[in-house]
Amino acid sequence: MRSDHNRVPADLLTLTDLSKAYPGVLANDGVSMGIRAGEVHALLGENGAGKSTLVKMIYGLVKPDSGHMALDGQPYAPAEPRAARAAGVAMVFQHFSLFEAMSVAENVALGMERPPRLRDLAARIRAVSESYGLPLDPGRIIGDLSAGERQRVEIVRCLLQDPRLLIMDEPTSVLTPQEVEILFQTLRKLRDEGVAILYISHKLHEIRALCDTATILRRGRVVGTCRPAETSAREMAETMVGAAFAAPARLAGTPGDVALDLSGLSVASPAAFGTSLRNIHLSVRKGEILGIGGVAGNGQDELLAALSGELRTPADAIRLQGRPIGRLGPAARRRLGLLSAPEERLGHAAAPEMSLSENTLLSAAQREGLVARGFLRRERMRAFASRIIERFDVRTPGPDTAARALSGGNLQKFVIGREVLQRPEVLVVNQPTWGVDAAAAAAIRQALIDLAAKGAAVICISQDLDELMEISDRLGVLNEGRLSDIRDAASLTPEEIGLMMGGAHGMEVAHV
Amino acid sequence: MNLGHIDPALLLAALLVAATPILLAAIGELVVERAGVLNLGVEGMMITGAICGFAAAVETGSPGLGFLAAAGGGAVLALLFAGLTQFALANQVASGLALTLFGLGLSSLLGQGYVGIKPPPTPHLDLGPLGDLPFFGTVLFSHDIVVYLGLALVVAVWAGLKYTRSGRILRAVGENHDAAHALGYKVVRVRILAILFGGACAGLGGAYVSLVRVPQWTEGMTAGAGWIALALVVFASWRAGRVVLGAWLFGGVSVLQLNLQAAGVAIPVEYLSMSPYLITILVLVIMSANRSRAPGSLGRVFHASG
Repeated sequence: MRSDHNRVPADLLTLTDLSKAYPGVLANDGVSMGIRAGEVHALLGENGAGKSTLVKMIYGLVKPDSGHMALDGQPYAPAEPRAARAAGVAMVFQHFSLFEAMSVAENVALGMERPPRLRDLAARIRAVSESYGLPLDPGRIIGDLSAGERQRVEIVRCLLQDPRLLIMDEPTSVLTPQEVEILFQTLRKLRDEGVAILYISHKLHEIRALCDTATILRRGRVVGTCRPAETSAREMAETMVGAAFAAPARLAGTPGDVALDLSGLSVASPAAFGTSLRNIHLSVRKGEILGIGGVAGNGQDELLAALSGELRTPADAIRLQGRPIGRLGPAARRRLGLLSAPEERLGHAAAPEMSLSENTLLSAAQREGLVARGFLRRERMRAFASRIIERFDVRTPGPDTAARALSGGNLQKFVIGREVLQRPEVLVVNQPTWGVDAAAAAAIRQALIDLAAKGAAVICISQDLDELMEISDRLGVLNEGRLSDIRDAASLTPEEIGLMMGGAHGMEVAHV
Repeated sequence: MNLGHIDPALLLAALLVAATPILLAAIGELVVERAGVLNLGVEGMMITGAICGFAAAVETGSPGLGFLAAAGGGAVLALLFAGLTQFALANQVASGLALTLFGLGLSSLLGQGYVGIKPPPTPHLDLGPLGDLPFFGTVLFSHDIVVYLGLALVVAVWAGLKYTRSGRILRAVGENHDAAHALGYKVVRVRILAILFGGACAGLGGAYVSLVRVPQWTEGMTAGAGWIALALVVFASWRAGRVVLGAWLFGGVSVLQLNLQAAGVAIPVEYLSMSPYLITILVLVIMSANRSRAPGSLGRVFHASG
């Protein structure tokens, strides 16, 4: 760690004492930092640390309450994104700001101030995208593109405006390792051309590989700056979290009988741009954690729905302890011991406006006996909710708090706890630690490991490779609705998993 | 029964006239929905336009001013909807239904003094020698200006959505309002303008019923045309060209069934009267079976969260 206050004059963008408050939260509290031309500058912090608010202020989407910014020594206060773009600031969003039903060229045109005619623009898109090793077909519809290709559209949209500062918000969360490598080569090339890049992430090994400087935020404040290449990941993580925390411990056990078996499962996706599952074979044994990796949108949601019973399949395609259950609905499957926790916490796993104790009803009504002759047993609901809160360290005033009022990490602990405490035979979770801070994520992973140790079978669908490597016994990957061969997790390297994910999806590595 | 009395040229000419009110209302609603707003108040805005146009035409003696007033009336009612849904963030379905009920009530209140009066006739456009062409003269070149205005509007909307920057922004807002906002587009402003345009179009369509098709004022005289226009937009997969086909189909069956009634076909009148609604929806359902997709943000409340 080092502190450095003397390089202000050389900075392209200087932030001085920026503050922004939302009702009940101080999102940014006197943030000062500088970004130089020709450097990749990491903005590091946990969820809710204030990274997004800070870059939204730079991009003109949010106005700071106090403090000021300077670009190239000139005062800089963009009233709207248009002004920011005119000043040479471009941004690639975490959740892509793309329009699915429109073509690549139209999407690019929408991000420009004075777009040329579509035909001329298409030629420029081809030229720019190829010179940065990101080939794109301007005529294709966004809805048909993979996540990696969509990100290219966003990047090319920025590049066409010759930005001086490029902001990337969590750019690798949807990419395979190979696609990440292509992205990094592009970013390095841009850096060498003198573009300043502000790179937001919480993935430490990426930051160490790519970034020249890092600013670490915690609870809206700058808590440190460092040179990532010279700082250990552990040091950065502890600055980020503000405390040391224990990584989950995994004990090798001997798996028991087959608990859940899928043979030739094919389901059409109910969503407009969804991915249908094709001929999926897998089996998971008691006491085992099976990891399912893959980039978002390759059939994860459909697989969870097919397992939870929201999507029906031919009876024989899914067997729970030998019994065909493909035709059964979610309630019947729960009764047999197959529980699940979907990715979307608010609105799918939990009803936002209802209290935690009412939310226990959603999945635990039968197994915990929360209903008698059609009437709710409120005392039992409260007791069960309190038990989850206590056992899973859910930070909340009590079981009568509305689900919406909980932070993402706390609600996720509640949702996972609700299923784990019902002593499932098989538990299926999708993205169990998505958007959850590091300490809560470690607790959730530990809970899954403990559950397996007690003899349950666990299927963990996740896009976080590190998570899967950490907890899985065996690992498979979903790619375009197909499941790869399932392999022993310990014998796999990230590169091999990346290839299982479809590699770079036919995208070429940048020749730079 | 004598089907020989039905003249195909007159039938086709009448089809264009019968199709015009729903064509106008539907093309307006198409723009509204492409901007991501579902306004179920089309029927209410149509009937309000019908009485505003009728009253203005009777009072001033000018059908042209009548149509202008109708567009204004429809737009004012739409402004109410825009205020409710874009600023008060009210539910669009409920607001739209309320708008229809409000429009029906308001129009019968405004129309109390106008029952049984004949409006000034809307002149037919004199297209010179074109009007004298055999068959085509009768079918295509013997109409009033609003028929051509309606068709021109469809072409303008189609081209505008497809080829202009404003059209692209409007589609972007309807497709993904969060992304449009993130890129710096004024989602609420675009939507309000679209809603006003939709209201004006519905008003014009209503006035065409009261000033040309019928022409007189009776309560509830739009008789569900607004609902058909709504259905048309959905089943036409939000495409301008298909809206025209649907409107012509509806107009055609309406006219044909009247002719059949007059010719004394042995089918109960009730079945004939319901046939335009039934056939239009049936055909459009079949047409829209292929991969049609609603605008991504249709009907969703937009709230800029910063």
